[in-house]
Amino acid sequence: MVADTQAGRQHDAAAPVQAALAIELRGISKAFGSVQANKDISIQVAKGTIHGIIGENGAGKSTLMSILYGFYKADSGQIFINGQPTLIADSQAAIRAGIGMVFQHFKLVQNFSVLENVILGAEDGALLRPSLAKARKVLGDLAREYELDVDPDALIEELSVGHQQRVEILKALYRHADILILDEPTGVLTPDEADHLFRILKGLKEQGKTIILITHKLREIMEITDTVSVMRRGEMTATVKTAGTSPEELAELMVGRKVLLDVAKTPAKPGRTVLEVENLRVRDADGVERLKGISLSIRAGEILGIAGVSGNGQSELLEVLGGIEHGTGTIKINGEVIDLTGKSSDAQSRRARGIAHVPEDRQHLGMIMDFTAWENMCFGYHNDPAYQKNALLMDNDAIRADAEGKIERFDVRPPDCWLPAKSFSGGNQQKIILAREIERNPDLLLVGQPTRGVDIGAIEFIHKRIVELRDAGKAILLVSVELDEIMSLSDRIVVMFDGRIMGERLPEETDERQLGLMMAGVGEGEGA
Amino acid sequence: MTRLPRWADLVLVPLISLLLAGIISALVILAIGESPSEALKTMVVGAVGSPYAWGYTLYYATSFMFTGLAVTVAFHASLFNIGGEGQAQLGGLGVALVCLALPWPHWTLALMAAMIGAALFGAAWAAVPAYLQAKRGSHIVITTIMFNYIGAALIIYLLVNVLRPAGQMDPATARFPEGAALPQFHDIPFIRNLYLRYDGSGVARLNAAGEPIYQQVPANVTLFIAVLACWLVWLLLWRTRTGYEIRAFGKSQQAAIYAGISPVRITMIAMLISGALAGLMSINNVMGESGRLLQNSAEGAGFIGIAVALMGRNHPVGVFLAAILFGFLYQGGAELGLLTGIPIELRTVVQGLVILFTGALDHMVRMILGLFFRPRRTVVT
Repeated sequence: MVADTQAGRQHDAAAPVQAALAIELRGISKAFGSVQANKDISIQVAKGTIHGIIGENGAGKSTLMSILYGFYKADSGQIFINGQPTLIADSQAAIRAGIGMVFQHFKLVQNFSVLENVILGAEDGALLRPSLAKARKVLGDLAREYELDVDPDALIEELSVGHQQRVEILKALYRHADILILDEPTGVLTPDEADHLFRILKGLKEQGKTIILITHKLREIMEITDTVSVMRRGEMTATVKTAGTSPEELAELMVGRKVLLDVAKTPAKPGRTVLEVENLRVRDADGVERLKGISLSIRAGEILGIAGVSGNGQSELLEVLGGIEHGTGTIKINGEVIDLTGKSSDAQSRRARGIAHVPEDRQHLGMIMDFTAWENMCFGYHNDPAYQKNALLMDNDAIRADAEGKIERFDVRPPDCWLPAKSFSGGNQQKIILAREIERNPDLLLVGQPTRGVDIGAIEFIHKRIVELRDAGKAILLVSVELDEIMSLSDRIVVMFDGRIMGERLPEETDERQLGLMMAGVGEGEGA
Repeated sequence: MTRLPRWADLVLVPLISLLLAGIISALVILAIGESPSEALKTMVVGAVGSPYAWGYTLYYATSFMFTGLAVTVAFHASLFNIGGEGQAQLGGLGVALVCLALPWPHWTLALMAAMIGAALFGAAWAAVPAYLQAKRGSHIVITTIMFNYIGAALIIYLLVNVLRPAGQMDPATARFPEGAALPQFHDIPFIRNLYLRYDGSGVARLNAAGEPIYQQVPANVTLFIAVLACWLVWLLLWRTRTGYEIRAFGKSQQAAIYAGISPVRITMIAMLISGALAGLMSINNVMGESGRLLQNSAEGAGFIGIAVALMGRNHPVGVFLAAILFGFLYQGGAELGLLTGIPIELRTVVQGLVILFTGALDHMVRMILGLFFRPRRTVVT
């Protein structure tokens, strides 16, 4: 073991017990194979506070919380709940200890009602009716107390994401949780919904509940937490009072070096029109119209940002442009109309037209997780003559040589083209895809959620590469649910809501409040 | 779960699984009042103890290689082709039609033509389920099972009503012409010396014409074609664009569509290749051994192919080795029924246990082994 234990001890010494502690972790360590996910972590969370845990992807935040919630067993260390040493063997034990968890991906039964979901696993007996009646009453009380209004009889699948999240919180409160852990709760919310969530959390805090908020968004940490702990590479690097720190300092603590939070870019010099979309409509498999007449254009040398809460047609827009989905309307690339429905409407023909696509869901669409890095580096371009040895066989040596160059230029770590894609971190997976798509030198780059699940250090790099491609005179369509990202990268911003374009704004002439309203469907609907 | 080192994963896990299957088999044999050691001895001697024994083991292994490869290719496209049995039987029909069509002058010509026939008929029998899967989403497992039954019924109908020579009692085709007979091991120069019969004093016995007498074994030149097929399947899957697309499609259909790979095309191609490989098995049994098409010609080899692919980890090298193992079990099991009081059905029990341990209980073995391979705690800095 290295001498990283000191950090933990310092905390013990430096933080005299003033308030009662809701949770105290002492020397928690957890290894997966040769990867030390948590190294001697000690943390103290005071009762009735909101405690933020921040760190890059793979820093060990989720592992730590999974240990606290009984999903994993720590290799060593102790957990104290309300001052009592507690053994948390499984999630039932965690619930008994008063811990509730709201996961990033909700654990709700889609075709059950809110009530049914709330009592699921906490039924009082063989008959459901008494439990349901009791739950209905409790839910009513909780709703009044904490602004947690949800229709108890609504089916989950009918609820918005924000409401589904409230159901998760209600589930935890119904089980008498005093300590609530939320894992990246705002990733799927509009700014408005996020504000509402924060109001709920503040209300809970006033009632004496303890909240642990796991996030990678510095802004949220600054806005709502009392104390913040920073994790890096499995270690707890610092615990500080939020009031006494700054986003810059936190970012530095997370990454271990100074980070440029803003994207440095010069004004765009738009050239000819590369992409023209007119009255684009897409229906999904159930016949529901997902794109309801989208029209937009992008010129060479500019980044068009599409803002919107996820699920409002942005994915379908990317997919129809990328040749994955069929649609009606016209799409012109470099002035030529492309086929949207026929035989040649597939991703191969789009690539031949100079459209490159970095998909939103990189793990399911953008790459094959079991393929090696080099196999992924030619994915989608595997028919390129440069990758063939002869009419029958592929030239794997050439593909590997090509991949090694890309790995170096995009700083993919570890620089090993034989590793399967699943062994890379999210940021490095994204770099593999970006390297593959950007180095094709496309006329139009479609980018969906370029930095979702990507750590801060890599975000900086990815943003730089996208701006570089723009400066090389390429058109870029950026879809992101991160308003910060849209605001800082885009030259023009289009807001989508319910398959329509709500309006267009210039980033320097708008703010998050205004965009947030448009994202929620409130707006003048000027069209574009 | 601890990740095992590669060698343990590839060598140790199958070996321990086999050992466990062996132990349980021994218990079963004990339970029916026979001696496990005697049984093992009988199996080893009968299946690998002499060139004669190998002549049978390798004959079965040849069939299993083809059907194992058939399952492997489909599996890489995440298609579970259970129809190897029917495709092999239809392949046999292709072989029979080709062999009976001409008075073949030489076996090499007959072999090439029969291979085309076998592959075409096998592929055609896989094409319908493949099309239904690709276009209509009918599950390939269901349709290929149904096609096994349809195939068997079709063959019987054809044998009884169309292909049976007048006056012949049993439902089978006429014997293939002399020129369509494949050289068996006792016909091949050099190899046949292993099959000389000797008299008591160690001198090779001669027939009336003064030629040496050989023991007859069913293993034939098809074995070499099967080994070649293993190599070609490896080449297909890991060195060609089609193989790349098949593997990509098999790992993630969504990602394949993102890459512009047509699901319909890959489903069809993978299943056609799979069906053709299953069909090619008939070269071994129909052309190489029986010399005519009988009913139920595949004798379950299509199903054993599933186990072979499973145990061979869907890799041609693994399929090659697993096919030989199952050839051993098949031949050894037959010897058990012949030479001991153990009924031949025990062969099915042993095979079932091997499939159970190498396939279904694979993770159990892996988990137990994982305890021994747990790495010492290391710190990543």
